[in-house]
Amino acid sequence: MTIAHDTNVTAAVAQAPASVTLAGALNSALADAMSEDDSVVVFGEDVGPLGGVFRVTDGLSARFGDDRVWDSPLAEAGIVGTAIGMAMNGMRPVIEMQFDAFSYPAFQQITSHLAKMRNRTKGALELPVVVRIPYAGGIGGVEHHSDSSEAYWTHTPGLTVVTPSNPSDAYWMLRQAISSNDPVIFLEPKSRYWMKDAVDHSTPAAPLDRARVIRTGTDVTLLAYGPTVKTAMDAAALAELEDLSIEVIDLRTLSPFDDETVGGSVRKTTRAAVIHEAAQFGGYGAEVAARVTERNFFHLAAPILRIAGFDVPFPSPKLEEYFLPTAERVLAALDTWEW
Amino acid sequence: MPEAGILLDLYRRMVLARRFDVQVTALTRQGRLATYPSGLGQEACEIAAAAALADDDWLFPTYRDSIALLARGVKAVEILSFFRGDWHSGFDPKQRRIAPQSTPLATQALHAVGFATASKMRHESVATLAFLGDGATSEGEAHEAFNFAAVWQAPTVFVVQNNGYAISVPFSKQSRARTLADKAIGYGMPGHFVDGNDVAAMYAVITDALDRARNGGGPTLIEGLTYRMEAHTNSDDPSRYRGDEEVERWRVLDPIARIESYLIREGALTEKLRAEIADAAEQLAAETRDAMNESPHLDPLELFDHVYATPRAALAEQRDYLATELESSEARHLS
Repeated sequence: MTIAHDTNVTAAVAQAPASVTLAGALNSALADAMSEDDSVVVFGEDVGPLGGVFRVTDGLSARFGDDRVWDSPLAEAGIVGTAIGMAMNGMRPVIEMQFDAFSYPAFQQITSHLAKMRNRTKGALELPVVVRIPYAGGIGGVEHHSDSSEAYWTHTPGLTVVTPSNPSDAYWMLRQAISSNDPVIFLEPKSRYWMKDAVDHSTPAAPLDRARVIRTGTDVTLLAYGPTVKTAMDAAALAELEDLSIEVIDLRTLSPFDDETVGGSVRKTTRAAVIHEAAQFGGYGAEVAARVTERNFFHLAAPILRIAGFDVPFPSPKLEEYFLPTAERVLAALDTWEW
Repeated sequence: MPEAGILLDLYRRMVLARRFDVQVTALTRQGRLATYPSGLGQEACEIAAAAALADDDWLFPTYRDSIALLARGVKAVEILSFFRGDWHSGFDPKQRRIAPQSTPLATQALHAVGFATASKMRHESVATLAFLGDGATSEGEAHEAFNFAAVWQAPTVFVVQNNGYAISVPFSKQSRARTLADKAIGYGMPGHFVDGNDVAAMYAVITDALDRARNGGGPTLIEGLTYRMEAHTNSDDPSRYRGDEEVERWRVLDPIARIESYLIREGALTEKLRAEIADAAEQLAAETRDAMNESPHLDPLELFDHVYATPRAALAEQRDYLATELESSEARHLS
C-alpha cells in the first residue's frame, strides 16, 4: 500500500507540540463526545480492540468499555438499521462503514429510513446518528476501497453530508455532527488520515453548515472538499508563480451547501472551478456548477469548470495517479478559459 | 391456555379488527383511500401480538399490520391518514410506542433490534416485537436482524406471519425451509412454529417470548402459519395466481370463527355479549366511515417543516417559493 504523504504540511508543523493526525483528531473527538454524553456509543466492524482499520477508534473500547464501543457482526445494513433503532430510543450512535463502497449494503437503511424518519413522523422521531465513512482514493487501495460516493448521499433530502480536510475540522466537525439532532454522513478523506496539524480544542473554527475561505485570492475561486482541498492549495501555490491569484474554499459541508460563502467569493473573483475525485458525470460538482451559476450568472466571466475523476470505475492502485485530479490538471483546466 | 377473560378480550378485538378491515377495504374500493393492504384472515397473529405487548414495549409493524395498531389504541383516522395519502405516517409513535408502518421489507426488524438493545443497555425491562411476512424473510435484512438480535441477545420477538403469499408469489417459491421457524436454529435462538389462526396459541407463545426477552433471555423467532384472505391490496388480482378452492379451504380455518365457537362452547361468550361486540364493531365501522368522509386539512407548506432539525436556508427559499405560488393560484381562483 502506498501512502500519500503530505510532506509540506508534516514538515511545517513538526515542531508544534499539539500537532495530531486527522485520524488522531477524530479519535479525540469520539473520546470527548463519549466522556460528555453517556448516550454516545460507537460500533461497527473492527472498531473495538483493533481500533478500526484506520485506528480512528483506537483505545476507545479499553477506555469506555465494550458496552459503549463494540464490534458488531459484519453487516452494514445491520449496523445502520440497529443504529436507527437505538437513536429512536435515546442513543446517539456513531457508526463506521469500514470503506466507502462497503456502505452500499446499507444504502436502503440510509436513504429510506435514516434520511426520512424525522419527516415521516413530523419530528416525533429524530435520528441523531453519525455514519462515519472513510472515502476517496490516493492510498493504493484495491477495488471497492477508494470510492467517492458523496453524490449518493447529497442527493438524499434528510441527510447532512460533511467532510473535513484537516485535523482541526476533523475534531470539531465530528463533535458538531455528534451533537446534531439530524443524521450526518461524515466522510473522512482516507488519504488525509495521516496529515498532521495543530488542533485548537478551545473553540470550533466554524459552524457545521459553513464553508471556509482558506486562502484568499482575486482571480479564481477553487471549490474543493476533503481530499481535493490539498490539490486546490497546491494548484494555488503553483499559480502564484504565474501571477494568478487563486482563492480556495474548503466546502466542508456538502449538504447543506453554503451559498453565501461561495457566492461571495465567486462574485469577487468572477471565475470558479470545483474539484472532486468522484466521476464527473452526475457528480457533486455538477450541482455546484449549476447552483453557483444560477445564483451568480451575471457576475461570472466564464463558465464554472469541473475538475473531476474520469467517468470510469475507480482504477486499480497502479493506475489511480492517472485518474485523480492533480494541481497540474487544475491549472490546465483554468487555461482553457479565455482570459 | 390463556384464561377466559383474556380470550374474550382477544375475541372482541379480533371482531373489531375484522369489521375495520372490511370497512376500510370497502372505502378503498370507493376511492376514498389510495391503497390498503388488508389483514383479513390474519387477526389471530395481529391481535395476539398487540395484546401480548406490555405498555412500555414497542411494536415495529409493516404496512399490513394496521389492525394491530388499532388494537393497540391508535385511532382509525390516525392509521388511515397514511393510506389516504395525507402523510407517510399519521400517529405519534411515542404516544402508542409503535414505530411507523414500514414499507420496505424487513428493514423495521433491525430497528426493533437496535431499539431493544438500547433499552437493554439502560437495564430497562422493555421488549420489542417486529412483524414480518414470509416474503420478507428472503430479504438480507431479515437475516441481519435475526443474527444481530441473537449475537447481542436483544430483547426482541420476531413474529413472522406466513400468510402464504408475497403479493402473488407462493411460499413454495420463497423458501425450501420446512418451516421458517426452523431458521432460528441457525441463529442460536428459539424458534416456534405456531398455528397462526389459533389466537390462544399465538397469544401464549408471544407472551412467553416477550417475558423471556424482558428477563434477559434474548430474542425469539415465531412463525404463525396463516392466510391472506384478501388481495395484496386493492390493485391486486388474486385470481391470476390462486384458486377459490384454496381460499375456501382456509375460510374453514377462520381464526375468529374458531375462537368464537370455543368461547360459546365453554359458556364464556353469551349471545348477549356477542351482540354487544357486534354492535361495537358496527359503531367502529360507522366512526371509520365518518372519519374518512371528512376532508383532511393539509398544508402544503408543511412539506418543509420536518425534514431537518437544523433549519436550512435553501429549504426556507423553496418554502417561500411554494407559498408565493399558492397565493397567486388563490388569487387566480378569486379573480
